[in-house]
Amino acid sequence: FPGLADVSISQDIPVEGEITVPVGSHSPDEDYSTLDEPVKDTIMRDLKAVGKKFVHVMYPRKSSALLRDWDLWGPLVLCVSLALMLQGGSADSKDDGGPQFAEVFVIIWFGAVVITLNSKLLGGTISFFQSLCVLGYCVMPLTVAMLVCRLVLLAGAGTVSFVIRLIVVGAMFAWSTLASTAFLADSQPPNRKALVVYPIFLFYFVISWMILTFTPQ
Amino acid sequence: QGGGSAVIDMENMDDTSGSSFEDMGEMHQRMKEEEEEEAEGEAGAGEEEDGEFLGMKGLRGQLGRQVADQMWQGGKRQASRAFSLYANIDILRPYFDVEPVQVRARLLESMIPVKMINFPQKIAGELYGPLMLVFTLVAILLHGMKTSDTIIREGTLMGTAIGTCFGYWLGVSSFMYFLAYLCNAQITMVQMLSLLGYGLFGHCITLFVTYNIHFHSLFYIFWLVVGGLSTLRMVAVLVSRTVGHTQRLILCGTLAALHMLFLLYLHFAYHKVVEGILDTLEGPNMPPFQRVARDIPVVSSAVLNTTAKAIALTL
Repeated sequence: FPGLADVSISQDIPVEGEITVPVGSHSPDEDYSTLDEPVKDTIMRDLKAVGKKFVHVMYPRKSSALLRDWDLWGPLVLCVSLALMLQGGSADSKDDGGPQFAEVFVIIWFGAVVITLNSKLLGGTISFFQSLCVLGYCVMPLTVAMLVCRLVLLAGAGTVSFVIRLIVVGAMFAWSTLASTAFLADSQPPNRKALVVYPIFLFYFVISWMILTFTPQ
Repeated sequence: QGGGSAVIDMENMDDTSGSSFEDMGEMHQRMKEEEEEEAEGEAGAGEEEDGEFLGMKGLRGQLGRQVADQMWQGGKRQASRAFSLYANIDILRPYFDVEPVQVRARLLESMIPVKMINFPQKIAGELYGPLMLVFTLVAILLHGMKTSDTIIREGTLMGTAIGTCFGYWLGVSSFMYFLAYLCNAQITMVQMLSLLGYGLFGHCITLFVTYNIHFHSLFYIFWLVVGGLSTLRMVAVLVSRTVGHTQRLILCGTLAALHMLFLLYLHFAYHKVVEGILDTLEGPNMPPFQRVARDIPVVSSAVLNTTAKAIALTL
């Protein structure tokens, strides 16, 4: 590069300039910065959000709060408690603690993912995690049913207890399905609601079946 | 007088691999050696943003950074393009474009054999119905396994049920598609999946009824009638799309055999009636009303032996 050999800085022109970056106006995030608040505030805020969603599931009204601020804490807690309660319900006590927990976990999450994909493929307007959130929270009535079943089974395992359990589980299953349908079916075109409701029905049916056929050893 | 010159010394850069920069680097080797001390002195004195006057050390680093940055951008672009191409569920969207009325109509049609086999029959390439039917079959299988207290030694009940049903649907579809390719049948993979999936409707009905009402003869009647009807429908559709007698025979024989045998397997492997057969097999030593849970592989091999013997006797 013969031409470049001539390029040089002349000593007469001083090289100077600003090296400080001008501080811009306060970004709006600074007002909502949650890094400085005490830990108790953060936890209480999250717990309140989770609690509000539980209330929404118990009284399913068409509100968008459950969908807008989705979170997966509630589904995780419900899933783990349901899986723990369903343990130890088989004849072989030496090796069946593991598969029961993994079974329930996999069924719930795999089933929820499949239903979400299905509703998205059918033209739904709901996002992936919103749908997971709704389906997970609507497992709550079935967790309550599991608790009731365990208490009833403590009293005895006869025909009467089976009938009670059947009624309770059936009612909770209907509640779960209706609750999740109230949230999810709205995001579909009106003539395809049945196509979305059927997999949800099947999903909660399988979970209810696992709860109903649970017999502790 | 100039402080430094903007000579690019490419020879000492680490990331030149056979590039023509090396030739240019050779040309200016002399100049580089002369000004190296000066450049090193100046590089520490203050680097500007402009890359030209950074001196040789700074320039080398700058160029290296730029090349690395470009490689990163290129790789990221390729990866995101590949991801959006293959992980895009919109690929499957056209196969889920159905109305509930259509699904119901297709479910009912799957039990009605068509009469016109000289004209290629239309198969709807839809995946919603078959997928829902496979899941329903999984649920029914779970119900059957639970009521018969099946114990699965390696794995879980759910895993076995899902594995069996999905394995059948996907595996047999692929195998039949391969056979269809060999026999020159006009059918696509999605259509094959759809056809076989809707054929599972007969299986669902049969198993749902016979897992709750335990009559041996009832199962055989359902097996022949319901299973037979759905097999006839699938066979008729395939025949209408294949040319040549040998090819038709191969395709339809395989499909009919696999379809009917699957229903037989589902009933016998996961049902209470298994214990009754074992009781009769083990002779007078076993008390007749003892309900003992059995291992599945032992059971199914015993059942297969019995069935094979029975078939051999009748032939």
